[in-house]
Amino acid sequence: MTTDAPTASAELGETVINIDRLNKWYGQFHVLKDIDLNVKRGERIVICGPSGSGKSTLIRCINRLESHQEGTITVDGIELTEDTKHINDIRREVGMVFQHFNLFPHLTVLENCTLAPIWVRKTAKKEAEEIAMRYLERVKIPEQANKYPGQLSGGQQQRVAIARSLCMNPRVMLFDEPTSALDPEMIAEVLDVMVGLAEDGMTMLCVTHEMGFARKVANRVIFMDGGQIVEQNEPEAFFNNPQNERTQLFLSQILQH
Amino acid sequence: MTQNTRIPFHRDPAVRAIAAQVVALLLVIYGLYSVFENTVNNLVARGMQTGTGFFDEVAPFKIGFSPFLDFSLGETTYLEVFFIGIQNTILIAVLGIIAATLLGFFVGVVRLSPNWLASRAALGYIEMFRNTPLLLQIMFWNFAVFLPSLPAPKNSIEMGFVYLNARGIHVPTPVVEDSTGLWIWMALLMALCIGLYRFARLAKARFEETGERLPVFWINILGFLAGGYVLYFVAGSPLGWDTPELGRFNFKGGGQLPLPMFSLWFALTVYTSAFIAENVRAGIQSVSHGQTEAAHALGLSRKDTVNLVVIPQALRVIIPPTISQYLNLTKNSSLAVAVGFEEIVALWAGITLNQTGQALIIIAMTIAVYECLSLFTSAVLNWYNRRVQLTER
Ligand SMILES: Nc1ncnc2c1ncn2[C@@H]1O[C@H](COP(=O)(O)OP(=O)(O)OP(=O)(O)O)[C@@H](O)[C@H]1O
Ligand SMILES: [Mg+2]
Repeated sequence: MTTDAPTASAELGETVINIDRLNKWYGQFHVLKDIDLNVKRGERIVICGPSGSGKSTLIRCINRLESHQEGTITVDGIELTEDTKHINDIRREVGMVFQHFNLFPHLTVLENCTLAPIWVRKTAKKEAEEIAMRYLERVKIPEQANKYPGQLSGGQQQRVAIARSLCMNPRVMLFDEPTSALDPEMIAEVLDVMVGLAEDGMTMLCVTHEMGFARKVANRVIFMDGGQIVEQNEPEAFFNNPQNERTQLFLSQILQH
Repeated sequence: MTQNTRIPFHRDPAVRAIAAQVVALLLVIYGLYSVFENTVNNLVARGMQTGTGFFDEVAPFKIGFSPFLDFSLGETTYLEVFFIGIQNTILIAVLGIIAATLLGFFVGVVRLSPNWLASRAALGYIEMFRNTPLLLQIMFWNFAVFLPSLPAPKNSIEMGFVYLNARGIHVPTPVVEDSTGLWIWMALLMALCIGLYRFARLAKARFEETGERLPVFWINILGFLAGGYVLYFVAGSPLGWDTPELGRFNFKGGGQLPLPMFSLWFALTVYTSAFIAENVRAGIQSVSHGQTEAAHALGLSRKDTVNLVVIPQALRVIIPPTISQYLNLTKNSSLAVAVGFEEIVALWAGITLNQTGQALIIIAMTIAVYECLSLFTSAVLNWYNRRVQLTER
């Protein structure tokens, strides 16, 4: 079923994430079936597929928010096992942005950004604040640094969430439908930040149905259905010439709107 | 069209609200006044005195437990009895609140443990103690558990200089032998506390500068205990000990915590902790799963996630209902009458009322005591609560 991945272009570096024959069950329910995926440094992958196809589950396995039963996941040369030390080592290097932002409501924007650098990386507070301000500028909301998340719009909150992840200086960023909880006029400001990240060479795995974004920045688009990777290809070929009929159906449904 | 029409006053919500409150206030004042007048009239009609004349009379009964005010039969006045009652009530309330909070948090956390057995055990504990009357529990612990299982004084269970028997716990009490030495020791302790405080500040500054963490809490506790011990000898061991010794029937010397007090404290603690545990559980569960996931995704350890993300948010839910549990505990301590611990209701609204017949003033004073205690407790906790809540936005 799986078509071959496009040959990695020359500028892509070494493997950052390697997933080998990954299987996962929720009780009796087989959510992920024989997933093979190799992500190179600097690669930008968009994952799409119908609801319930296992997209979230797949990327949540990469930082062990979900555990898997079979197969191996290797991130940055470290294999994910029960070993909590490995899990924490990996989580430090992998940033994640959630659909519902999940900012800490009791901390200011700045404190949200400095919490992990201070407590996990043991960065000095002043230095962590300087770094945080740099990233808040990058997502274009330095003036909100001392507000609480509840005082910001959805788009602003999501940009803070991106800045919060970037403050840990991750090697990979995972995005789980980062714009699908946002009003249309706020989607653009978040996508702009993500495009900027891609241009700076960040390795990204992004679950999204923003096909414009996929065309613009992805090296590869992956289509999942029923817990399997059904098809993957470069964006041009994926959108213009989908091979599998499930992909064709899915694309025709989402492109209709 | 309607721009210029003024609302008629009987439809203006502001006017209506004020009018309703004025009427309600008048009704309450009238009600209270008629109750008061009625009572005074009735008392006068029956020839009962009201007044504070009995305050200075000597109380003709014995009080077994008054750790802060010396009681001597034939000298202590009724007014002093009143203060002994207040002190004992405050003592049991403070001890109960501390123990119930610690135990309640522990049980509440265990209730959420992923370990099935532990979580079920906590649930059983909560349901058992929440669902039976407190009075019954106090009597159960006192008469069915502690009293029969503890030996008579002459067979006391001995633990160093501490003796445990069916009358209570006998402990050595400190006696000042060298009062200048005591002052020196106190001064040294003050200096030690200031030093430890400075140390904590420095450790915090260092943490912010270098990110290195020290177990400041434990260092401070250990430092205080060890330092206090050493300084005691530096000050020339200013205290002596009055140790309990077994006489013919009971212990002489030292201090005694009577068994009823222990039973009451135990029962209040266990009962209230069941309610606090439920508050703690609800508070922790109110923090959404997304919060822990976000913290984990950032690489925060389990412990840091709990301390930095979950607890600060859970406290905002836990504190308000816990305040009312503290108030309940304080008021429930009046059930001590059942086992004979001498707190305010037993001493003042009980024995003193029987002896003097001054119902009106005695009951009014007792009500005032609880009112003050409750208002004070909620004032302190509301202040703390506001600090916690304010950090939201
Ligand atoms: N904790 C869980 N327990 C049991 N089943 C689950 C759990 N989480 C997800 N599932 C099931 O696993 C399947 C895949 O879920 P997943 O969230 O990965 O889908 P998705 O592709 O991200 O869908 P969506 O586009 O709606 O977010 C779904 O059928 C879902 O019902
Ligand atoms: Mg999903």
